[in-house]
Amino acid sequence: MLVFIIGRIANAIMVMLAVAMLAFLIFRLAGDPVELMVTEQTTQADRDALRERLGLNESVATQFVRFVGNAAQGDFGISYRNGQDVLTLIGERFPATLELVLVATLISLVVGLPLGVLTAIKRGRWYTESLQFLSIIGVSLPSFVVGILLILVFSVILGWSPSFGRGEVVQLGWWSTGLLTPSGRAALILPAIALSLYQITLIMRLVRAEMLEVLRSDYIKFARARGIPRWRVYFRHALRNCLMPVVTMTAMNIGSLIAFALITETVFQWPGMGMLFIQAVTFLDIPVMAAYLCIISFIFVALNTLVDITYAVIDPRLRGSH
Amino acid sequence: MAEADKAVLEVRNLRVEFPSRRGVATALSDVSLSILPGEILGVVGESGAGKSMTGLAIQGLLERPGRIAEGEVWLGDRRIDQLNDREMESIRGREIGAIFQDPLTSLNPLFTVGSQLTETIRQHLGMGRAEARERAISLLKDVGIPSPEDRFNQYPHQFSGGMRQRVVIALALAASPKLIIADEPTTALDVSIQAQITSLLRKLCKEKQTAVMLVTHDMGVIAETADRIAVMYAGRLVEIGPVAEVLHAPKHPYTRGLMASIPALGARVERLNQIDGSMPRLDAVPDGCAFNPRCKDAGPRCSRERPSLLPVGTGASACWINAGGTA
Ligand SMILES: Nc1ncnc2c1ncn2[C@@H]1O[C@H](COP(=O)(O)OP(=O)(O)OP(=O)(O)O)[C@@H](O)[C@H]1O
Ligand code: SF4
Ligand SMILES: [Mg+2]
Repeated sequence: MLVFIIGRIANAIMVMLAVAMLAFLIFRLAGDPVELMVTEQTTQADRDALRERLGLNESVATQFVRFVGNAAQGDFGISYRNGQDVLTLIGERFPATLELVLVATLISLVVGLPLGVLTAIKRGRWYTESLQFLSIIGVSLPSFVVGILLILVFSVILGWSPSFGRGEVVQLGWWSTGLLTPSGRAALILPAIALSLYQITLIMRLVRAEMLEVLRSDYIKFARARGIPRWRVYFRHALRNCLMPVVTMTAMNIGSLIAFALITETVFQWPGMGMLFIQAVTFLDIPVMAAYLCIISFIFVALNTLVDITYAVIDPRLRGSH
Repeated sequence: MAEADKAVLEVRNLRVEFPSRRGVATALSDVSLSILPGEILGVVGESGAGKSMTGLAIQGLLERPGRIAEGEVWLGDRRIDQLNDREMESIRGREIGAIFQDPLTSLNPLFTVGSQLTETIRQHLGMGRAEARERAISLLKDVGIPSPEDRFNQYPHQFSGGMRQRVVIALALAASPKLIIADEPTTALDVSIQAQITSLLRKLCKEKQTAVMLVTHDMGVIAETADRIAVMYAGRLVEIGPVAEVLHAPKHPYTRGLMASIPALGARVERLNQIDGSMPRLDAVPDGCAFNPRCKDAGPRCSRERPSLLPVGTGASACWINAGGTA
């Protein structure tokens, strides 16, 4: 098991190096950063000083090594737009996005898994067929529409929850959390639901399909023939055999949600990474974009590695020979 | 009748139907049989004859929309064909053990052998963790698995096919059921292991006086293991009797054809084709005797009236010739 984990991590590091190379190339290809940062009035001396400060006079190889070295320590340089430290910028935004995404994922699992099991074991009943039908709508409804509808109903008409912002946050070191204050939690609910709706339907449909497959297998019939109660067979024996694809999908979803929470963040004015990224793109703020690329990739790679390890935890056959 | 002679299982006139849009398919019709304590009843017949279906119906495991339309299933003094699922759960595994055909797929790959055993034991015997573990290990020992303490913590994929089938047998015996339904327990196994598994099954059941319904295609297994044989054809029982009698002096023309077509013990029924034609599909079973289109002895009565299972010698047969009249 340990060898397995070390192997997976080595793998992950290789991938990250490749991503760093890509981020670095974007840096180089996006044109002369000095030109992007200066104004008409900047003197040549100032330009040279800036060039020197950004390390642009050294060889490409040296620059790459330094880029990787700095990035590994969390130093992505300074923003072209406002000269702030990139990591600090992201550090301010990241907790908001991560909390939103994790809560949305939690909701989608807590709701999606049982619904998937239910629609599989009670298939053909009117309520499961309706759920199936609703899930098609859920999959095809764009998240900003869901967001706007939720705001309309719960904030505007019912006035139950705030329609924008994050509420009060509590600072835990550099991490700002909204989970510890009532207004922070209230602000989180609507965007989390908007973000999770699509995931719920995906997970439900995936679990249903997997369950139908697993329920046909001999070990399920044998478990029934051993007199194991129906619900135990469903939720212990069958569901566990469905979990692998669910784990994969959930992990990949967490990644994409962080990367693309931007629409929901815009609708709810959520001060997360998505908004930061939009601004970076508008201003061609390369260091922020490069850092964003690296961090998102890191999240994907980390999730992937976690998935592989989770696989081995769930399925003894993947643990390698003893 | 002495207490020891009271049947563990008694199936009376069982009829299983599968209603569908195109009409009702009758999978089993008028099946009656009984098994005594410690007795092994071999069930044979071509593929699709209804052998597995009989076992499933007894266990209450018919897949929807299949249902028992007529008849009764008695387990000792208790009628079990009308019980609900909750009640059947306390009978399956507890009173009726099951052995499936393919040991590679019968065990859940994600749980240790030990946890599947203790799960079954605790479900039915209400034992604590430690006690159940002890019982599981002794069961593994009983079915001939070496170093059971170590094996207890291993996963199914760490066992060979033969060893897995021993685990399945241990699971079937976990709560000391009165009856075991074994559906082709050796078919998926290596030939060299088949004999070990059948003799293990026979030994354990004789020791514990467990009744066994042993479904198989293998006449060799039947000859070595069974005490009586039931022969099925197109969802019906055509002959039942002591093993020597059915093997060497079959009464029903179908059984005779079956036996005549076996060149040597160990051959499988499904590959033999000395009886011309093939078994009818369930939705096209002919009137009268289901076997009449293929029967050399068929007479006019055979296509009009259905013969029922009547005692002949020490067994019973469903054929007009055996009924003393003419076909
Ligand atoms: N869901 C169903 N609907 C209708 N008919 C069914 C259904 N399931 C099984 N049958 C029919 O019931 C009959 C009996 O099948 P069964 O599995 O008992 O045969 P078997 O004697 O065990 O054969 P084998 O030797 O191949 O295992 C078959 O003809 C099959 O087509
Ligand atoms: S009843 Fe008639 S058709 Fe059927 S087996 Fe006997 S002789 Fe043959
Ligand atoms: Mg069968």
